[in-house]
Amino acid sequence: MLINSGDNAWLLTSSALVMLMTPGLAFFYGGMVRRKNILSTIMMSFMTLGLIGVLWVLYGYSLCFGKDIGGIIGGLNYIGLNNVGQLPSSVYATTVPHLTFMAFQGMFAIITVALITGAVVERMKFSAILIFSIIWFTIVYCPIAHWIWGGGWLAKLGALDFAGGSVVHINAGVSALALAIVLGPRKGYKDGTNMTPQNIPFIVIGAGLLWFGWFGFNAGSALTSGGLASNAFVATNISAAAAALSWMLLNWFYHRPTVTGIATGAVAGLVAITPAAGYVKPIMGIPIGIGVSVICFYMMRLRNKTRIDESLDVWACHGMGGTWGALATGIFATVTVNSAGANGIIYGNLVLLGKQLLAIIVVWVYSFGMTWIVGKLIDKAIGLRVSETEESIGLDISQHGESA
Amino acid sequence: MQKIEAIVREDSFNPIKKALEEKGIISMTVSDVIGRGRQKGVFLKWRAGEHRIEFLPKKKIEIVLEDNNLQVALDIICKIGKTGAIGDGKIFVMPVAEVIRIRTGDKGVEAI
Repeated sequence: MLINSGDNAWLLTSSALVMLMTPGLAFFYGGMVRRKNILSTIMMSFMTLGLIGVLWVLYGYSLCFGKDIGGIIGGLNYIGLNNVGQLPSSVYATTVPHLTFMAFQGMFAIITVALITGAVVERMKFSAILIFSIIWFTIVYCPIAHWIWGGGWLAKLGALDFAGGSVVHINAGVSALALAIVLGPRKGYKDGTNMTPQNIPFIVIGAGLLWFGWFGFNAGSALTSGGLASNAFVATNISAAAAALSWMLLNWFYHRPTVTGIATGAVAGLVAITPAAGYVKPIMGIPIGIGVSVICFYMMRLRNKTRIDESLDVWACHGMGGTWGALATGIFATVTVNSAGANGIIYGNLVLLGKQLLAIIVVWVYSFGMTWIVGKLIDKAIGLRVSETEESIGLDISQHGESA
Repeated sequence: MQKIEAIVREDSFNPIKKALEEKGIISMTVSDVIGRGRQKGVFLKWRAGEHRIEFLPKKKIEIVLEDNNLQVALDIICKIGKTGAIGDGKIFVMPVAEVIRIRTGDKGVEAI
């Protein structure tokens, strides 16, 4: 196929937008931790740009999008970007150079790994998170991405995930929960030591960069620069806006409309619309956004009650937000928006919701289980946690020799 | 009237505060401080090198008490704050010459 310059321009731009989301996430998370751990938290996100950025081109892209092996994983035909060049792929994003599609997808892999780190802040060894990231990326992210996007078995079954509600958000959210449970709570958590956000302006900078970058995340996933991209773009903004607004109101009902709350609400809205943006009418962003803020708000409260120290609520926002988004896709999807999709419940089709549910369950079980195992293994091998003294002093100094 | 200045571990602060509350000792001033004892801080070693952390974060609690409440407070802070490891902290006790409640003008024990 011929290269469409509009498509390539938009997709390259989107890749850059999604790349910016990872430093954005670094600030979003960094602002939520205590001062003595802010650099460590930022580092855990930022390092993925380096680590996954390299692993992606070495073998990650091939495992995700290489020649399908039994519906489970991709082959090694794209190792080291072999055969990934200026000509379009004949399968993926056929109107842009293959390099563009590969680059775009790489940014998703990077941020998915970074998302998990929110669960383990303020107490996980840097070496342990590096090793965990390498293993998790290889045996959890790549298979799941292949199953849903790379022509694997869930894709063949017809489960829909426009931009990564399951591949990125449910995956990271559920893995975060597993890792947090294996790691254990921060020292002082059970005694009620104050661990509230100490740099809220950074949270807002982060949320702003994430919202901005998410236009690339969702609208870029159209892989074209026409009406579908516009649909996804607008749906994304509507969902973020609706979620931010309703979280703000919910927050107000309970205590006050906090800045941390509205930032979290916006992010939750963006998470929920991710699988749906290119399959639903944009105006459905309103019920999807309101729904996710209600669900995630209460899931955060629930998680707090369980006294599991999943520190930055990755599961409550991304795991549960992504779950709602995947279900919402099964409810609101319509082929009038995207003929490559399917109809949802409100258009009289129950089958799609069933497929969505299957994909959700598969990702939940696989991500949680594998993360648990990998976490336990690394703990046995080198230990996941820093020592008590290091945790007291703070990870910025103890892990990175730096102080902000 | 006596004043306690207690330098305690950050993680010990909350349990100490709760226990003091239960005994009716509620008013206090709390600050985040850094400090060190005779060990001159902490020495962290790893393969790439060494790092001396001279000052460690602690919480300082300042409480003014009636004389007959003093021992209760000291016992609580010592019992809960003790982990046996270096860095548990210290308590300084000093006499207070006068206490005044600004809002009402109360003086002495009444103003505590």
